[in-house]
Amino acid sequence: MTRSPILDETDRLRAELPENFRDDIVESLYAEAARISATSLSHGERPARPTLDKLLDRILTHRVWGFLAMGALLFGVFWFTIAGAAVPSDLLSNLLVEHGHEQLNRLSRLLSLPDWMSGLLVDGVYLSTAWVVAVMLPPMAIFFPLFTILEDFGYLPRVAFNLDRLFAKAGAHGKQALTMMMGYGCNAAGVTATRIIDSPRERLIAVITNNFSICNGRWPVLILLGTVFLGQLAPPPLAAVVAAASVTTVAALGVLTALVVSWGLSRTVLRGATSVYSLELPPYRPPRIWRTLYTSLIDRTLKVLRRAVTMAAPAGAATWLISNITVADASLAAHLVDLLAPLGWLMGLNGIILLAYVVAIPANEIVVPTILMLTMTLGTNLFGAEQGVLLELGTAETATVLVQAGGWTLLTAVNLMLFTLLHNPCGTTILTIWHETRSATWTAVATLLPVGLGIVVTSLTAAVARWAGWG
Amino acid sequence: MNTTLDRLSPGETATVTALDVEGPQRRRLMDLGILPGTRIRAERSSPLGDPTAYLVRGSLLVLRRNHAGRIHVDRHQG
Amino acid sequence: MSPTPSPPTTSACGTCALNNAANLRRLGVDPSGHDLVVALAGNPNTGKSTVFNALTGLRQHVGNWAGKTVDRAEGGFEYHERRYKLVDLPGTYSLLSTSEDEDIARDFLVFGRPDVTTVVVDATRLERDLNLVLQILQITTRVVVAVNLVDEARRHGITVDFRHLSRELGVPAVGMAARRGTGIEDLLDAVERVALSPTSFGGRRLIHRNRRLERAVSHLAERVARHVPGVTNPRWVALRLLEGDATLERAVAEGRLRELVADPAELRSETVPEEPDA
Repeated sequence: MTRSPILDETDRLRAELPENFRDDIVESLYAEAARISATSLSHGERPARPTLDKLLDRILTHRVWGFLAMGALLFGVFWFTIAGAAVPSDLLSNLLVEHGHEQLNRLSRLLSLPDWMSGLLVDGVYLSTAWVVAVMLPPMAIFFPLFTILEDFGYLPRVAFNLDRLFAKAGAHGKQALTMMMGYGCNAAGVTATRIIDSPRERLIAVITNNFSICNGRWPVLILLGTVFLGQLAPPPLAAVVAAASVTTVAALGVLTALVVSWGLSRTVLRGATSVYSLELPPYRPPRIWRTLYTSLIDRTLKVLRRAVTMAAPAGAATWLISNITVADASLAAHLVDLLAPLGWLMGLNGIILLAYVVAIPANEIVVPTILMLTMTLGTNLFGAEQGVLLELGTAETATVLVQAGGWTLLTAVNLMLFTLLHNPCGTTILTIWHETRSATWTAVATLLPVGLGIVVTSLTAAVARWAGWG
Repeated sequence: MNTTLDRLSPGETATVTALDVEGPQRRRLMDLGILPGTRIRAERSSPLGDPTAYLVRGSLLVLRRNHAGRIHVDRHQG
Repeated sequence: MSPTPSPPTTSACGTCALNNAANLRRLGVDPSGHDLVVALAGNPNTGKSTVFNALTGLRQHVGNWAGKTVDRAEGGFEYHERRYKLVDLPGTYSLLSTSEDEDIARDFLVFGRPDVTTVVVDATRLERDLNLVLQILQITTRVVVAVNLVDEARRHGITVDFRHLSRELGVPAVGMAARRGTGIEDLLDAVERVALSPTSFGGRRLIHRNRRLERAVSHLAERVARHVPGVTNPRWVALRLLEGDATLERAVAEGRLRELVADPAELRSETVPEEPDA
């Protein structure tokens, strides 16, 4: 390639410059900025940082109160979500699942649709979609605004500030705490947000561990399991508290796992020094409650719900199909469940749950309805369900079905909560990881590492529980 | 008195004298407004002891100790 | 990257509530068929996304922490019967370092050549945020500085002399409290004024305090200006070359510098109707 005279000239001039000329550029810029700012601003008597901000920081980043406040806020958000969602969830399930299903069945008889068609559409597609809406909409409509208010207020960077030392010890970038918080909304968004980390090594760590932030597809699953199984263990007035505590525990386990995995990665395949980062603690700003409610309803809740519904419809159809296509005297689903049963047993789960996870790879949101649908078809046929039909169940009856027809125990529920935390990212997130890393290897690592961990952890809890005689 | 930024106690003010960091990391610090001559005040430390939040040109910036230790400052008396 | 002439517009948002800027019509996610392109730049956490939402009516989620907008978001609005496409750039402290978000922002300003760049700054951190403004002004002077959070600054006892600030920077500076929706009309007026002004894309001259650097930049800028007739910001190109900007070096080596940095004024004058009193 012929060198351009301009580039030659550039090289010559650069050689004459002092070594630190890049510093001079920034210094000139800041000198000018300082001059303009000093002449454009007039300061009153008040201090640079208002006392209220200082006071809030003194509490929220205090050695004792800071961590108590963090736990209390997180717990409070879950408790509010669980306690507040119960009534509207039942109402919706009554309306959509019970009445809606009945009406649609009547309609399909009226139109004299063939059995396979009404089965696929009404029992498969409609029921699973209605179930997702009834179970997911109320908790999301409560959870997202609450979380957004905390975010608007300026609290999240303080959490990162409080926990940073742990991230530093784990060899992770300081901004990883922020990308993890983004992941609590959606892992795909969290993975994209890792762009704020400049160092490729630390960015990869953040990408791989983002999945341990429980995303909004998984919150409802956890909240449901916590409510239906663990909440039931406590006397009714305490049920919501116990349920919220179980969800908080899983969320905290997620943070712990992210730290441990980051530590492991930064000491093995992704070794290196941590780079200089800047976290800015913005001033606290009074959250605008109404605006936040509106925004998070439109922006987060409906978006997530739309995705869940578009995923639930085909998954419902798929479940109905595998339950109704018979190969050699048993349904396809039954064969698959038999195949997965040994692994399921090892993990303290069962074949049905694992099959549901396979069906639900595109979106975690639909794991529970799929499990229910398969359990009713393949479990002890107590309820006289048709093949692949999701019975009209409220959340209260869900536990009964799973315990009686599915043979669930407390171990199954706990392990499913753990597996909800530790399994592969959803389809969208896997695609995003590929898009951001452009590496098949790292995408595979980010996908398989959490499932591997999930299998190991649930197998261990199962073994311990059985050894102690709880299983 | 010459020292490094990480040795300031909360409430103490200092003026940056030199940055003992090179390459893009140096650039990053300077972009945030931390350059020789800049006044910095240590605001408060994280509850776990590290990092610390510093007041720089009106904003609160958080720096880890091992990075703050590479910023040389002249501590203001009193 | 020339703006395409817009077809006669019909309301894309008939039911949108009009806010206090009576002539503003928000076009949400449908910025197609725009007349003018406005880039929105700014430091993280200056309320940039709030300004974006106030202009487009989109409810982009706004978080109170750095690095929130990591990708480019686009929206549209209509003001005085002209359609604008608004491009929200990632929030960055600088355009000099090499991180992906800074690259995205810088490349859009240099090669996307927006008709107007609105830089949102925080009135309570003016000094720090002006660093970015000064960097952008070296690339283009088709800039409006939106000084946001003036209400917060007032609570801190800080008042801003906007006329002085405008004079110093050589571009309009307007005060806003975007969260309350105040100052939108002023911003729109300033954006319109700059969008329709015949000002070239040329950059503001930053005199380097280091004499040798200043000499090298001036010298190289002359060479660049001779080599690429019509280049609007030769001093910025010279500085970037001295710093070793790989994109520009490649462009020079392949003889493509002109198409990257030359003034697209001819293109613009074909599509933007001339304002008689501008």
